[in-house]
Amino acid sequence: MAIRERLSGNEAVAYAIKQINPDVMPAFPITPSTEIPQYVAAYIANGEIDTEFIHVESEHSAMSATIGASAAGARALTATSSCGMALMWEELYVAASDRLPIVLALVNRALSGPININADHSDSMGARDSGWIQIYAESNQEVYDNFLQAYPIAEHEKVHLPVMVCQDGFITSHGVENILLVEDDRVKAFVGEYEPQHYLLHPTQRMAVGPYAVSNYYMETKRAQRQAMLEAKQVILDVAARFEEMTGRRYGFFEAYRMEDAACAIVLIGSAAGTCKAAVDHIRNTTGKKVGLIKIRVFRPFPEEELAQALAGVEAVAVLDRSEMFSGTSGPLGAEVRAAMYQARCKAEVVNYFYGLGGRDITVSDFEAVYDGLETLARTHEVTDMYRYIGLREA
Amino acid sequence: MEKIQDRINEQSPWQQITEGNKIFEPATSRAFCTGEWRTAAPVWDREKCRQCLLCTPVCPDSSIPVHEGKREDFDYDHCKGCGICARVCPFDAIRMDDKN
Repeated sequence: MAIRERLSGNEAVAYAIKQINPDVMPAFPITPSTEIPQYVAAYIANGEIDTEFIHVESEHSAMSATIGASAAGARALTATSSCGMALMWEELYVAASDRLPIVLALVNRALSGPININADHSDSMGARDSGWIQIYAESNQEVYDNFLQAYPIAEHEKVHLPVMVCQDGFITSHGVENILLVEDDRVKAFVGEYEPQHYLLHPTQRMAVGPYAVSNYYMETKRAQRQAMLEAKQVILDVAARFEEMTGRRYGFFEAYRMEDAACAIVLIGSAAGTCKAAVDHIRNTTGKKVGLIKIRVFRPFPEEELAQALAGVEAVAVLDRSEMFSGTSGPLGAEVRAAMYQARCKAEVVNYFYGLGGRDITVSDFEAVYDGLETLARTHEVTDMYRYIGLREA
Repeated sequence: MEKIQDRINEQSPWQQITEGNKIFEPATSRAFCTGEWRTAAPVWDREKCRQCLLCTPVCPDSSIPVHEGKREDFDYDHCKGCGICARVCPFDAIRMDDKN
């Protein structure tokens, strides 16, 4: 029987770490992820787990030490947010190209500047090209479940890539929700022991990690790295299927919510999906209009074909970005969803919205207004404003 | 024993590159010829050389091999042509050639 609890998202991640009992956790505090290493340190101090906690002097060192520990053969992880991850920038790419199965608990927070501590996706979206697998959560339950699935994905022999388990700062990290926890022995059986084939502390094997690669080797190395990301797709689905067998909770690349007959759809990432679902239910129950939602769970690797297939029958789509990329056009999700739909020759009209930057609230009525706009767009096929904002004050 | 350069070299397709470029044998830098970066080459004059061995320890690339107390000709596979050896030689026994 699952354990019924009430936990914040940070507590849920820390509890998952306790259940996994990884070998090494170097970490540096930063709002809103500070509680994760704090709770883990308490578990260690209480003798509940024997993880080696390393007090580092910065996030640059946190990721460097995590890389070192992982290369040595340890199951390693760290946690951070926002500018903390920005300071890890160089090492994020190294972790991925060295093919180390590290897990990073990322609590999404806006990047400076202006300095801000609230949720948006500018930190992880900025790192979308770093070679990490990125998995996002709507709720505390999902971030806990995603964390349990992270090591089996990262450590799979066809993958060997680091995984970022993302949740929205404060909204889920500090919000307390009912949650179903998996029993310790079942978690341990599901995640398994880490038995790397090659590692630096191997008693007989000699190995060098992260050597210089001249232009004669760099491109082939990057192509091989791409292959791992491609292979990760099936592994992510296989691990999710195994997780469903254990818990009954189903996961894929994204959740299609009431999309079976949807004419108008919103595509987004993260906690705002809960609010959007309330809007979908309300619209369908009061007007019968066919609206739906696609909530992206796996952004890296990007499920291009699957997403285009899910949107094939839709007439109008709004892609909602919780971060800017200052292309002067859409945000990152908008650009990639539109590209996926173009390639699949989808007929739907697509518009892009920015929302929730720096923690700006988004409400059920905001989503209802987006669906109203999509209904008009589906009828008129006149895109008057491709790039819009939700909740922006305008003169 | 199979050497890494037999298995991975500049003609290897991407499928054969080791995961993350991991290298599973020591001292492979010997097999990696970096001498091609050189724009000027030191030339050793055996007649003028007194075997004082001042040149050997200052070479940043260990490209002046010593055998039984005597230096031998340069290791041009790894010499970068920095010219430090020519500068320290008290007997003008090393000349930098930037023509060839």
